[in-house]
Amino acid sequence: MSLFRWQHPSGRSAPCARMPFVESPRNSRRAQGALLRISLVAMLVIAGHAFAASGAIEPLPFKDHAQEVRFQNLTKQLRCMVCQNENLADSNADLARDLRLEVFQLMQQGKSDAEIKRYLVDRYSDFVLYDPPLKPGTWLLWFGPLAILLAGGVVVTVAIRRRNRGNGAIDDDKPADGRQAGNAPADMGDDW
Amino acid sequence: MKRFVPLLVFIGLVGLFGFGIWWNSWHDARYVPSPLIDKPAPDFALPKLDAPDQTVTKASLLGKPYLLNVFASWCVACAEEHPVLMTDGRALGIPLVGYDYKDVPDDARRWLREHGSPYDLVIADQPGRTAIDFGVYGAPESFLIDAKGVIRYKHIGPLTPEVIARELQPAIDAVKREAP
Repeated sequence: MSLFRWQHPSGRSAPCARMPFVESPRNSRRAQGALLRISLVAMLVIAGHAFAASGAIEPLPFKDHAQEVRFQNLTKQLRCMVCQNENLADSNADLARDLRLEVFQLMQQGKSDAEIKRYLVDRYSDFVLYDPPLKPGTWLLWFGPLAILLAGGVVVTVAIRRRNRGNGAIDDDKPADGRQAGNAPADMGDDW
Repeated sequence: MKRFVPLLVFIGLVGLFGFGIWWNSWHDARYVPSPLIDKPAPDFALPKLDAPDQTVTKASLLGKPYLLNVFASWCVACAEEHPVLMTDGRALGIPLVGYDYKDVPDDARRWLREHGSPYDLVIADQPGRTAIDFGVYGAPESFLIDAKGVIRYKHIGPLTPEVIARELQPAIDAVKREAP
């Protein structure tokens, strides 16, 4: 039996606020014998304290430390589909546990990080990735803020140029309606 | 003209924020479209709930369309969906295949005995390994799989008469038209 890291032995019984209409399996099952459950709880509490004290958490049978670091790094980039604000590394949901084991097994098979991500994206869509991939559907997401910043820069530049041009003499962009003639520097602000 | 610029900017912002409110009032941010639509269903080999020594595979179900409905006895929303399956689901004109997800078989059998089974066949995925291939992340979920074994439609959450009338039945009609 492989134990996953138990994050908050005391504080977290429910995995997360569940989706309103879709449910995930419960953590505790009626079928578990009372004795087994008590011993499990005892194990987890003891283990939790031990891990909390040592700071070294992850009882999966990793080949070496490098693989463990890689696993932690990878599962932090993946989203838990049940608790959608949690990553796979941190989530306590049943499905997250299954997917951590899946990621671990794929690693043992020698799959690269990219292959493991592809495996999950093929099943759960790009939504499993915390970092959205760059593709036509996400251009607005990636470049939208830059476009807005550039547009803002253009507006500011044009405004400043107009104002400066108006400083010297008559602003020829404006209708010469008498009120504004010779009064150009103020016209950027007076009717706001 | 210039004096209307602030008003136009204001109207633009109101429009933007209004769109945000309108969009969020019906669009569910937690809904994740399945990448498996119009792709072949994953291969599976799962035991029957009632006869665990018999295995049901994807290949054994090819040849006619069916609705794969993911449920579990621990799932409260599945109990809400259940009466709809018993009436509207039975009237769909295609077999209903129950997919018992991460469940204790005895619990599932009892649940189906108590509520009645809408299914023509129930397969059990106790470890939930195959469900990962199907991209299942909760229950209930329903997959419409056509005669060639391609996933044509997926619904996440309980099926309702409205969802069936608006989405599922047209999808079934389309599938039936191409493979009578």
